[in-house]
Amino acid sequence: MTQTRRLVALAATAVVPLVVLGLFFVLPVSGMVGRGFVHGGRLDVGGVADVLARPEIRRAVWFTVWTSTVATVLALVLGLPAAYVLHRVAIPGRTWLRAFLVVPFVLPTVVVGVAFELLIGEGGPVAFLGLDGGPVAIVAGLVFFNASVVIRVVGGAWESLDPRPGEAAAALGASPRQVLRDVTLPTLRPAIVSAATVVFLFCATAFGIVLTLGGLRYSSVETQIYLLTTNLLDLQGAAALSILQLLVVTALLLAAARARRTPDAAVAHSQARLRRPTGADAPALVATFLLLVLVAGPIASLVVASLRNDGAWSLANYRALQTSGAHQALLVPVTDAVVNSLRIAVDATWMSLLLGLAVATVVTRRSRTRSERRLRAVLDGLFMLPLGVSAVTLGFGFLITLGRPPLELRDSPALIPIAQALVALPLVVRVLVPVLGGIDDRLRQAAATLGASPTRALLVVDLPVIWKPLLAAAGFAFACSLGEFGATSFLVRDDRPTLPVVIFRLISHPGDLDYGMALAASVILGATTAAVMLVVERLRVPSVGTF
Amino acid sequence: MTALSVRGLCVSYDGTPAVADAALDLDEGRVLAVLGPSGCGKSTLLRAVAGLEPATGTVCWHGEDLAATPTHRRGFALMFQDGQLFPSLTVARNVGYPLRIRRTPRAEAGARVAELLDLVGLAGFGDRLPATLSGGERQRVALARALAASPRLLLLDEPLSALDAGLRQRLAVDLRRILLAAGTTAVMVTHDHEEAFAVADDLAVMRAGRIVQSGPIAAVWRAPADPETALFLGYARVLDGPAASRLLFAAGLPEAPAVALRRSALTVVADGPLTGTVTEVRTTPGQLRLVVRTDAGDVDAVASLDRRVGPGDAVDLAVDATRMAALAGPSERAERTLD
Repeated sequence: MTQTRRLVALAATAVVPLVVLGLFFVLPVSGMVGRGFVHGGRLDVGGVADVLARPEIRRAVWFTVWTSTVATVLALVLGLPAAYVLHRVAIPGRTWLRAFLVVPFVLPTVVVGVAFELLIGEGGPVAFLGLDGGPVAIVAGLVFFNASVVIRVVGGAWESLDPRPGEAAAALGASPRQVLRDVTLPTLRPAIVSAATVVFLFCATAFGIVLTLGGLRYSSVETQIYLLTTNLLDLQGAAALSILQLLVVTALLLAAARARRTPDAAVAHSQARLRRPTGADAPALVATFLLLVLVAGPIASLVVASLRNDGAWSLANYRALQTSGAHQALLVPVTDAVVNSLRIAVDATWMSLLLGLAVATVVTRRSRTRSERRLRAVLDGLFMLPLGVSAVTLGFGFLITLGRPPLELRDSPALIPIAQALVALPLVVRVLVPVLGGIDDRLRQAAATLGASPTRALLVVDLPVIWKPLLAAAGFAFACSLGEFGATSFLVRDDRPTLPVVIFRLISHPGDLDYGMALAASVILGATTAAVMLVVERLRVPSVGTF
Repeated sequence: MTALSVRGLCVSYDGTPAVADAALDLDEGRVLAVLGPSGCGKSTLLRAVAGLEPATGTVCWHGEDLAATPTHRRGFALMFQDGQLFPSLTVARNVGYPLRIRRTPRAEAGARVAELLDLVGLAGFGDRLPATLSGGERQRVALARALAASPRLLLLDEPLSALDAGLRQRLAVDLRRILLAAGTTAVMVTHDHEEAFAVADDLAVMRAGRIVQSGPIAAVWRAPADPETALFLGYARVLDGPAASRLLFAAGLPEAPAVALRRSALTVVADGPLTGTVTEVRTTPGQLRLVVRTDAGDVDAVASLDRRVGPGDAVDLAVDATRMAALAGPSERAERTLD
């Protein structure tokens, strides 16, 4: 009887996230997948194959695979030494450096695209390298974003790594290099594999960065879906590509889940003392410095350029944000877009927090039977799917399934926050799950036997542990929502744009004033997300940014 | 009068029974120890009484069936093996937690917390955080917190087993004193028979999910239901067949299929009813522990430290009838010994 009550409670907690996920994720995505297979009212599997055989599609697939692979390798090559330096070596300003290097992860892709363009484009400081519009720029942009993921995931594991096995190896005569090879790296392997998988996933589904830096010459699967949908109106082609992407992403997520079967960040407690830097750390310090240059360079050139106007320092670009641009590039002033973005981000944040809290609660409560445990594992995986399914696919799916009865939501102002909340949901869940999972269920039981109702038990047991991670997750979701571009670009209405969409419009328009405005808007957007992320970083929640 | 009454209680995990058809009765104001080896289901039984495990069967308090009463309304406080103090609250706020739930006026609650901390010997610890306490101190706080709930029934899940031996003995005595002073009805689960004897009035012996014997502690002790129970209660050896008859006869007791012996049931004396040859000698601080080969087989015996005996010596043994128990059934594992 109590068993039934448990299952009912489990179902009740899961039902809201499940309905939301069903309506706003499964329905749109499957609607879009359906487009690929059903053509002219009948099943057409061959159509998918035809699409995939087209030369430009095959080019896009190949481009995606190789850029993602190279970017993942580079992110690891730069990120691993940086993770070591920032978490194990006593260098001055370590905390600030760490916060700075983690910020890129939440920087809006459009902003980063603009910043890289400034650096390597015509008249930029490194224009002589001739990287403009080339694949090198795209790979650099991908590394810019994803090195922070490597630092986050592997650094956390490295920090809580028990130093004693390494010391034992050293006592047996192993050199530092041998300790690294034989003890440290094997122990960190799950974290490294997990980071690499997630980075590859993010690279393969990157949208804004490829669109702004690659233009029309280079396109990945993700941007190809976008072009097929919006420019060529080839929905079947877009759907076929989305299916391909969905399959690859699901496979990668399963691989990531396998790699993650290690203690979560919050579980390990050992905290090693920091070492003083020695000569042996020189390669790692150099790699960290290179990464720092890669991250700081574009940001600095963006800030500088936004403050230049007609060859002089000025705030003209920022003042122009009150207008709607030259030749009416926009329908509303940029300041309106700022307000709109903030409002949407607030909505997306509370939505993803509520959903994330419910999901995290469902998946972390102790299971009594094997079937119950299996059910919870399935739910866990299900709610991670939005992490991998491309935002473009999601936005496109919204367009084709939610625009007609019975779900006539095309013009609903809730649509964009919902889409953004779903994009942020996996991040929120990953922050909360290790924390909630780390709470001993018997503590709640102790409260119950002392006479505390379930709600009261929540207050005394869960709340003191969860409030900080909850705040961190809120900041994380807020920053992600502010910078979200892929799904939003499909759903946004011209008279109520968000800031990233406005920036993209402005850089697509020729003209100095519009370009200057795009720079100023980028600085504002980037500064806001960075500020939010720095606050989150101050909360020192170990599970932020681990996947 | 019977306060707690458990009938036909069953708990199973994925079809594997952890507790099978358990029955218990406990009178108001008495302390019951549930004794069993680890993994026998005794903690699960306790948790089912608290309403923390889905179970079939009935748990009644003064005749009222508690099936529909959730844990927090049962008034059964459960003290966990590792205390489970709320890590973010100070000692005083941990102990005062059940009082705050009941909206006890602040001054009254403060006085009660001080009184309870005094009772468990931790006066002045109120402002400490649980993380700064030793294991024994933490268990005392957990006990004070459980008592603060003024529980109708106190459930103790291996309350002392996480502690080292010396502390365990001292705290067991304290626990008995505190429970008596508070007049609390309690069920304690333990795998240590000495702890059970130190704290409880009644005893229920549990094995493989079933309660094999229960009753007042002295009665259970005097007449174990079967050889396994005898060994678990601290008897050192069980003999059956002719060997049992020989010993029972030597002790002047009536014939029985088997007999359980405490280590000190046989003592080396100048002239006794039993003779044998010493095969092993072990010196302990208080006495010599011997294994003696007699015509009733190998038996354990003790000798005072001043007796000079060694392997191969012939000795006489006296038999103390109060340190042995006649058993109804034959032993299945007669050679098992416990220290």
